Amino acid sequence: MDTVQKVKHSSMKKKRKIKTFATIRKMARNWELYLFLLPTITYFIIFKYVPMYGLQIAFKDFIAVDGIWGSPWVGFEHFIRFFESYQFWNLLSNSLLINLYQLLFAFPIPIIFALMLNQVTRSRFKKLVQTVTYAPHFISVVVLVGMIFIFLSPSNGFINNIIQLFGGEPIYFMGSESWFKTVFVGSEIWQTTGWSAIIFLAALSSVDPQLHEAAIVDGASKLQRIIHIDIPGILPVIMIMLILEIGNFVTLGYQKVLLMQNDLNIASSEVVQTYVYKSGLLNTQFSYAAAIGLFENVINFVLLIMMNQLAKKFKQQSLF
Amino acid sequence: MDSLARVARSKNDKIFDFINYSILTIILLVVLYPLYLIVISSFSDPVAVNSGKVMFWPEGFTLKGYEILLENSEVWRGYLNSMLYTILSVIVNLILVIPAGYALSRKDLVGRNFFMFFSVFTMFFSGGLIPSYLLVQQLNMIDTIWAVIIPSAVSAFHLIVVRTFFQTTIPDELLEAAKMDGCSTTVFFLKIVVPLSAPIIAVMALFSAVSEWNSYFSALIYLQDQALYPLQLILRSILVASQDAATVTDGAVDPELIAEQQQYKELIKYSLIIVSSLPVLVIYPFFQRYFVKGVMIGSIKG
Repeated sequence: MDTVQKVKHSSMKKKRKIKTFATIRKMARNWELYLFLLPTITYFIIFKYVPMYGLQIAFKDFIAVDGIWGSPWVGFEHFIRFFESYQFWNLLSNSLLINLYQLLFAFPIPIIFALMLNQVTRSRFKKLVQTVTYAPHFISVVVLVGMIFIFLSPSNGFINNIIQLFGGEPIYFMGSESWFKTVFVGSEIWQTTGWSAIIFLAALSSVDPQLHEAAIVDGASKLQRIIHIDIPGILPVIMIMLILEIGNFVTLGYQKVLLMQNDLNIASSEVVQTYVYKSGLLNTQFSYAAAIGLFENVINFVLLIMMNQLAKKFKQQSLF
Repeated sequence: MDSLARVARSKNDKIFDFINYSILTIILLVVLYPLYLIVISSFSDPVAVNSGKVMFWPEGFTLKGYEILLENSEVWRGYLNSMLYTILSVIVNLILVIPAGYALSRKDLVGRNFFMFFSVFTMFFSGGLIPSYLLVQQLNMIDTIWAVIIPSAVSAFHLIVVRTFFQTTIPDELLEAAKMDGCSTTVFFLKIVVPLSAPIIAVMALFSAVSEWNSYFSALIYLQDQALYPLQLILRSILVASQDAATVTDGAVDPELIAEQQQYKELIKYSLIIVSSLPVLVIYPFFQRYFVKGVMIGSIKG
């Protein structure tokens, strides 16, 4: 018995040795591929992983001359200061609310839009709608916000002209706290609906046409086919997009928020990321701002993992 | 399928089609009208624009807004800067993404999953604004053009798109055949893979060109020297911060010019939007299928 085991053991060892040897030979044969990867991996290390390492300043008091490495540790001091600051709840609720509205409105609309467009049989009309609705995606944030300011201007913006045409009072949208989130999400929908629909349209085109044919024979109406064939068919794609959306939950669109902010709407427009920018880069409190950034990052990451687990549980598509 | 559908089309479906087409037409108009309004306003008399008379066609046709812009050296410089940054960032992007994407598509690459995870992880967790800023500072890139090009040049998403493209377009047999003929990986890549990858090169170039052309934030945080400002930052000062174009102009000493520019302040905004969005909006319909292709390749394995 013993010798048999020993032989088995040594043969396994030999096998493993052969396997490692084969791996090394395989790697050596493909040395050029590693050369192809080298610049990109180096790039990721320097520009993505070094900043992650630099996150330690969130737990330190950053002193420029001492650098990231030499600055003294202070533990969770910056986090506590942030949690206790009077702005904390306001920042958090603004960030969460804007993103909740995004999720409730800006997420489902492209899906509905794709389902509707998929029913269009006249291909020229379909092409026209697609070309036009994709266009806003290519407009820069700066121009978009510029357009918002122009169109919503209380003195001569065309939205207010229409309101006045119907006998209403002009509204100073950009100078009002209560309108900020509506304007933000509304313009987001205007800009992204067409483009976000691409993925759902692609998913719809891969739904098995035989299912539709069978349903037509059974006398199902278009609406019934959308509900019972199209929507279940693209559900996996919807789930993946939802997970990704949640993974960016707190970060979304702060560059646009920053442009839309002014003194009048600041109470409802200051979000975590814009606060990070201001306290870190404008007031040079690097450690404090890095701590806030890390806090946000962790929330995003945890939400992503949670959503992914949830999706797995319901046996839907998951990311990893 | 078509004839079947025609037979089975019930009254319900007709109502559905009517509503569907109507709503889509409304969506079409809602998206199109703001864009159209900007275009016609940029050709209209500023007084008519300001009083809200311009709604469906230009009133009092004028090219004054464009003339003023042509004389504005800040806008010109921003334009040229943006073009330079866009071209450079496309080059950097392609160099970093195409060879690496090909390497990751090879099934015989040992450690492929590790490298993939290594890249994809950066999509979901990042150091954030402050550590990135400190890094750029430490690399002495603040106030150089590299600060707005390099840190944002490549994302893991690009790498996934390129890898997926190669996985689906370069058959294994091709590589086997080339190997049989004693072709090295580099030669195979340059002679066979690159000529076959025109679509993916187009997709990547367009993606990175559009995002660089439209970005303002890295320029805002990394650049202080006004001579380096890209167009979007100039736009921001005129459109958003509502700074008068007059104060941005070099020749602001002439009071007559200032008065004139004050009058045309709104007009300039419209023509500026057109001038800055034109390159992208003109290019995009021709390359629409490439953009769409890029999004779809990326979504196969998000």
